[in-house]
Amino acid sequence: MIRWRPVVFATLALALAGCSGEAAPTSRGVYLLMDTSGTYTQELDKAQALINAILARVDPGDSFAVARVDTGSFSEKDIVARITFDERPSTANQQKRKFRDTIDGFVRNVKPASFTDISGGVLQAIEYLNEKNPGRKTILIFSDLEEDLQEGYVRDIPFSMDGFEVVAINVTKLRADNVDPRKYMTRLEDWQHKVESGGGSWRVINDLDRLDRILG
Amino acid sequence: MPADDLYVLSSPLAWVLWFIALAVAMYFARSPAQRAILSLAHALHYALRLAARSLLLAEERLRARNREVLMAAGREAKERIIEREFERIDAAVRRDLGECPTLQRRIAEQATRLEEDHEHSREVPPAPTSWVQAVKAVAEIQVPQHDPMVGKILEAVHASMLKAQDQARTDFRSATRVRHEHLKRMMPSWRRALQLLGQVEGKVTRLIERTQIVDRHIADYEEVLQKTDRAERMLTSSSFVQFFVALLVLCIAVGGAVINFHLIARPMAEMVGGNNFIGAWRVADIAALVIILVEISMGLFLMESLRITRLFPVIGSLPDKWRVIMIWITLGLLTSLAAVEAGLAYMREILLQDELATSALLRGERGLPFDNQFVWITTAAQMGMGFILPFALTFVAIPLESFVHALRTVVGAALAGALRGLAAALRFAGSGCRYLGRFLIDLYDVVIFLPLWVEQQVKARAAAPRALPDAPKVPPRVKESLS
Repeated sequence: MIRWRPVVFATLALALAGCSGEAAPTSRGVYLLMDTSGTYTQELDKAQALINAILARVDPGDSFAVARVDTGSFSEKDIVARITFDERPSTANQQKRKFRDTIDGFVRNVKPASFTDISGGVLQAIEYLNEKNPGRKTILIFSDLEEDLQEGYVRDIPFSMDGFEVVAINVTKLRADNVDPRKYMTRLEDWQHKVESGGGSWRVINDLDRLDRILG
Repeated sequence: MPADDLYVLSSPLAWVLWFIALAVAMYFARSPAQRAILSLAHALHYALRLAARSLLLAEERLRARNREVLMAAGREAKERIIEREFERIDAAVRRDLGECPTLQRRIAEQATRLEEDHEHSREVPPAPTSWVQAVKAVAEIQVPQHDPMVGKILEAVHASMLKAQDQARTDFRSATRVRHEHLKRMMPSWRRALQLLGQVEGKVTRLIERTQIVDRHIADYEEVLQKTDRAERMLTSSSFVQFFVALLVLCIAVGGAVINFHLIARPMAEMVGGNNFIGAWRVADIAALVIILVEISMGLFLMESLRITRLFPVIGSLPDKWRVIMIWITLGLLTSLAAVEAGLAYMREILLQDELATSALLRGERGLPFDNQFVWITTAAQMGMGFILPFALTFVAIPLESFVHALRTVVGAALAGALRGLAAALRFAGSGCRYLGRFLIDLYDVVIFLPLWVEQQVKARAAAPRALPDAPKVPPRVKESLS
């Protein structure tokens, strides 16, 4: 029996470690930034369809937040709706319906913002997702990526985006982009550099017919 | 040519020079090198043959052990079969021969009835009365022909005789009718008696057939006890058949378990959460799997308690009272789990409908994508399957037992075959090493053919008779004439 004792202890220790040790989080956290500045508010119908598509894809236990991008987006007040879905599928379904109603109400009453603080929104997204600590962190930016900061706002802050996946969706071309496409390309490259230098990954999806690809 | 080129083998000349140097070196090292090659080949040959021999011995031991196990299993199986046959005979004897007194009584009754009827049928009609003889004597008296008195008397006698004759005939006919009626009454008794005798014969024949089956099993059992080769072949063949049949049934059962799993895995998320993981597996899936495994375990215990299988001797040897308690407990748990599964299957359908409705809403559709009034059929089918499958899985115990028992024989035979194959391969490799050694020696000589040829020439020259320096040359014609 003495010879077996270490083996029994080792087995029990392994079993306890396997049971009590917390597994790596497998849930998904999605933060959607909706640009509500200027003419981009016309695109909000598409954003609504995008949100519904995301709601159809998220699972119980996942976190989802939708925030607007306006003059100063680094604020809790700009979060339109946020939720961590219940572990039970039936409750999660009810939560999805309520979430959809909230977004519908927001889209109906939204007013265009004067400035576009995308960086502030991204910083807020990082903070929110780090707090939730899901297994996969995804930031969706539904915007033309043209940042327009009000005077006095400081946003040249490096992002800390290790483990984040950033997807720019429906990056529309501005009138100036049509005149000089390099502006559009430079804009995209700047954002890509900003995200990747922070440790995140960067993707652009402009084809909204393939919404299923957004969450991978 | 630079000297360095000779070392780097970059030119054909360098190759040739190196070859010559190597050949010369090999020539001088020929004898010890060839001895070394031969020694190595022999060592490998004997080592491999030794290993093959060891493997063959191990295979023999394994085969003997397999035979022991097979015979023990066969003996046990035959004992069970014979025990069961005797139980059947006991039941048949109790059932059939228990009725024998009744049958005997009924046959005796029939025989008595037949005897009585036979006695009655033997009754003869009444004989003519004795006075007929007197009348006959009177009628034969010699009297004058024209005596009227005598004529009247004789006429009166004649009339009396006719009357008596009619009476006798009537009596005879009625007696015959009565006899015929008795004989007629005997027919159903005969038939009944034949029927009863037929029943007795059938029962006796069945018993004889049963005893013949027992005789056959006993003969097999004796062969198993004597451990004959025929018994071994029979049991091995039987084990292989059992193994494959049990494997097939187990595969079917695994299919049933997979369906069962899919029925309850989704709704299980409602109980234990849909996004919790242990390692790489969802807790909901693990919970569903555990429920199915518990059901299978309960089924095993139930079959064991019913003494249908004998996987756990502890359960089989329990007192009958405890066994019955165990039967009821396992059956109760199994029924509860089946009810839980039926509920989960119902929940699955509700969840599915809910998800469909939510998806439709998110797509902007109004109402359900399909409003089917026959959805209750699939719901009922799912619930039915959820309730029935746990009980169906209970019967997995039977093929599992066969599989476990047959597995020992099959694995033993496969191991023995593998050992024999390995031994043959080692023997082959040993012989190969031996011939390879010879081949290498020959190859060695091929490589150094040039020095060998030179050596041969030198030896030949040394062995040839030295010719005298001043001897005159003899012309060929003279040689011929001398010879």
